[in-house]
Amino acid sequence: MNDQPSRRTVIKAGVGALGAAVLPVGADPARASTAVTAVEAAGRPVRGGIGAALKRVEGPLKVRGAATYAYEWPVENPAYLYPLLSTIATGRITGVGTEAALAEPGVLGVLTHLNAPKLASAEPEVVILQSDRVLHHGQIVGAVIAESIETARYAAGLVTFEYAAEPVDVDLRADRDDLRKPQHAQGFGQLPGDLMNGSPADTAVGDFEAGMASAVHQLDETYTTPIQQHNPMEPHAAVATWTDDEITLYCGSQGVTTPQGLLATAFGVEPARLRLVSPYVGGAFGSKDFSALWGTLALMGARLVPGRPVKLMFTRQQMFTLVGHRPASVQRVRLGADARGRLVAIAHDTVQETAKAKQYAEQTVQGSRTMYAAPHRRTTTRIALLDLPVPTIMRGPGESTGMFALESAMDELALKMGMDPIEFRLRNEPETHPESGQPFSSRHLVRCFEEGARRFGWKHRDKKPRARRKDGWLIGTGVAAATYPSPRLPGSTASASVDKDGRYTVRIAASDIGTGSWTTLAQIAAEALGVPLDRVTLHIGDTRYPRASSGGFSSGINSWGTTIYAAARELRAALDKNGGTIPAEGLEVTTAMPDDPNLAKYEFNSFGAQFAEVRVHEDTGEVRVPRLLGVFDIGRVINPLTARSQLLGGMTWGLSMALFEETVVDHRYGNFVNNDLAGYHVAANADVGSIEVHMLDERDPYINPMGSKGAGEVGIIGTAAAIANAVHNATGVRVRDLPITLDKLFR
Amino acid sequence: MKPFVYERATDVSSAVAAVAGRPDASFLAGGSNLVDLMKMEVVKPELLVDIRHLISHTIEELPGGGLRIGAGVSNNELAADRRVRRRYPMVSQAVLAGASFQLRNLATVGGNFLQRTRCPYFRDVSMPCNKREPGTACSALEGHQRDMAILGASESCVAMHPSDMGVAMAALDAVIRTVGPDGERTIPVNELYRSPADGPERDTVLKHGELITAVDLPDVPVAATSRYRKVRDRASYAFALVSVAAALRVRGGAVREVRIALGGVAHKPWRARTAERHLIGRPATEANFRAAAEAELAAAEPLKGNAFKVPLARNTIVSMLRTLAEEA
Repeated sequence: MNDQPSRRTVIKAGVGALGAAVLPVGADPARASTAVTAVEAAGRPVRGGIGAALKRVEGPLKVRGAATYAYEWPVENPAYLYPLLSTIATGRITGVGTEAALAEPGVLGVLTHLNAPKLASAEPEVVILQSDRVLHHGQIVGAVIAESIETARYAAGLVTFEYAAEPVDVDLRADRDDLRKPQHAQGFGQLPGDLMNGSPADTAVGDFEAGMASAVHQLDETYTTPIQQHNPMEPHAAVATWTDDEITLYCGSQGVTTPQGLLATAFGVEPARLRLVSPYVGGAFGSKDFSALWGTLALMGARLVPGRPVKLMFTRQQMFTLVGHRPASVQRVRLGADARGRLVAIAHDTVQETAKAKQYAEQTVQGSRTMYAAPHRRTTTRIALLDLPVPTIMRGPGESTGMFALESAMDELALKMGMDPIEFRLRNEPETHPESGQPFSSRHLVRCFEEGARRFGWKHRDKKPRARRKDGWLIGTGVAAATYPSPRLPGSTASASVDKDGRYTVRIAASDIGTGSWTTLAQIAAEALGVPLDRVTLHIGDTRYPRASSGGFSSGINSWGTTIYAAARELRAALDKNGGTIPAEGLEVTTAMPDDPNLAKYEFNSFGAQFAEVRVHEDTGEVRVPRLLGVFDIGRVINPLTARSQLLGGMTWGLSMALFEETVVDHRYGNFVNNDLAGYHVAANADVGSIEVHMLDERDPYINPMGSKGAGEVGIIGTAAAIANAVHNATGVRVRDLPITLDKLFR
Repeated sequence: MKPFVYERATDVSSAVAAVAGRPDASFLAGGSNLVDLMKMEVVKPELLVDIRHLISHTIEELPGGGLRIGAGVSNNELAADRRVRRRYPMVSQAVLAGASFQLRNLATVGGNFLQRTRCPYFRDVSMPCNKREPGTACSALEGHQRDMAILGASESCVAMHPSDMGVAMAALDAVIRTVGPDGERTIPVNELYRSPADGPERDTVLKHGELITAVDLPDVPVAATSRYRKVRDRASYAFALVSVAAALRVRGGAVREVRIALGGVAHKPWRARTAERHLIGRPATEANFRAAAEAELAAAEPLKGNAFKVPLARNTIVSMLRTLAEEA
């Protein structure tokens, strides 16, 4: 016990010391060295293993501006690249005028499809400038490279394009006659499987129609969600240098191994020759999963000026069409229950939008496959191929929109039956996964509801809509369930080594997209090695380290963490074999992610219960959310501080999705109309009231040696439904199409 | 952004001469709107004449009880001024309801009047827009209409003026002071903006090279209990869907004095004189407030995508008058 300081002590030990114990790559050692001190609390070393509430180790570097984001890498004599975007949504480029731009002093070159390097790839996420074809408004049709960003941007306005435009088709409707079943959407077509998570587009158990016909209580409603945009704080950026020896690409990315492969293939070079570096990422949320478009463009620019670094950063407006978006959906949910409130039939049929360029189909219906018991059930997914940019992964892809529909429908049916919405959910808690029949590795949803109801004061709620008002505001409360899978992605390897002084080093090409993995992965290594955190140095974010899967799908801890854990245990075993002493030359092991027979036996999911209190102004319909409360089952918590931040951020985004976020598509031109942060509303500070986050911290016995499930996405799931349900409780108005804007509420 | 020449003027008359002498020249004060539009090449001045240091940064007492606000006063300085907060709370509230703290530090009072519309088609140079390129088309007429005008618009332009401050100034009958190539003059705020039917490419009656130097707030005792209410799509950092600046004096149950102006509904801050006339001398009742609001909005010609603004404006006016009557 003596060397186990209390959690409070660990927090107090603070960031300054730990921040350098795990000195991130890319940090300027000279600038960071002041923080390299022994980590001590109460005169004893801090262990800093799993469960320690540590502030993120790279925090001080970020606060001081010493952490190098992609655009900030110090390079010699850079050139600057500014992209040119199409002003039509579909058609062909019939003419290009570059003379005026090329004549401008300081312009080094103009890239268009006429002179761009040919790429050996067909991936729309990688391929640009390969033909005269325009597939969406705001597509990259060229770029200007110049001595300064100002010159590049000005000269961009001098390049002219002539187009032969074709009729635009951007209408998502569930009654289109050309809807199709998606195919090969997983991993953007790199893996089999209809939907993006590898699951089939359609599933069925029992006989839904017969089950629905037998139901005493029925609900049949349609819910719609709009296109939503990625707006991480750090715009998408890349700095590329192309020399005969090495091609270097600094770029904000959720992984480096995958884009290394994609880009090396496209440019026809050996992957080993292309080095990707991405130690710090200013938010990604799915939009930097492939880092390809901006990587491709920067590399094309670098080839044009060999040996010279080329810097590229998308503007906020350009991001709207270049980094992917959450696709719009039209979802029909049908629920049938017996007289006692037990579901007998569930159907969830979704129609969602994708690009003509590529099928992207997310698992909107996944939550309906997972949440509730019912003998008769089905899900279907259909897509409309439109003249729009290719959609992409966005925090909680699929479930965030799908669970808005399902959890709104559950609330509606509970009200119809006169049953408490929590009680209705508890009555339909499944013993095993409702579709596969496999057991859940752990499922503490009931506890989440019970704990949440107690903390929120649910029993004091007025069930009747429009029953509470104060000072002109109607007050209501709502609840919804949350779930998100905890997958383990294949393809990671980690090395662990120790030198003669007992300093441990762990290397893996993992990423930290702002989630805290610099800290949590080091905590896992320290725990598995059985040494204090300050003896461990972590290296991530560089293709020079052992390959790793990309960060996404709440898979980081389960994929990289498990791999690091295995490597660390292997090193520990090797040391033990050596009698516990370190050889003079040190020791190093490299370990691939181990096989785990449990992965095929269980369903792995995080869960949560979301509670919301809203106020709606009687005269104007303005909505305020003074209180959100979430209780989450994410398994054993690696780091309560960073995990809380993940869940808090997810809930905040869920609020934003519920009330504000909507991309307006002009159906005449196919463009995104509100393409800036003034027009595309995300929640401002003033919109966010109290948010309480609670974690059960219950170890999952099967998922991985740490016992930890995913925490990155479950926080956004269900928030929008809880708010919509609370709005109904406040006003009696059911809003089934997001966002819940005031025009849908006031009378 | 197009390259341009930057000049720091040494006195007002030479600044006015410099801009007036070149059609491609523009004054630069805070620049919070102008520089943004230059980056997008919505406007492309060849010469910027910086006058921020030349125009008054002070707020002075006027004989007769009003205030003269220098055009160079920042939005935040205006909102924070104790006299403004005490005598014209609607002005302070309106300014604080706009933009962000940082932008309000940069933006000037003079520039606030002259900010351009936020119509997305105006701001996208690839789109037809009569305000940006006369004679092309109004893309908003059949496009995204949520933020467009419901009053005073024309077939040629349905854009909305985004100022909050201007709405309070319109309710107060503030008067703008200018100096131009033809000398000094004064323009009531309520006569500053041109109807889009007369050509939407020019927002105001100001001549090229005419510089706002100050705005005079007259002595309006009823304004001491005035209010500004802004209804928008999020709680902060959003333009108004509808806003109301109002002041009300009730005696013996009847309306003796009332001032109402609306924001978010027209190409200019919209003084609701019809509603005011409807209320004067009548009992200060919910029914009369509603009838007055409806009388004002009878002239509204909403588009399909912003029809909700008519009942929203009505409700906001009624809500505001009810609050003021309760406080009175």
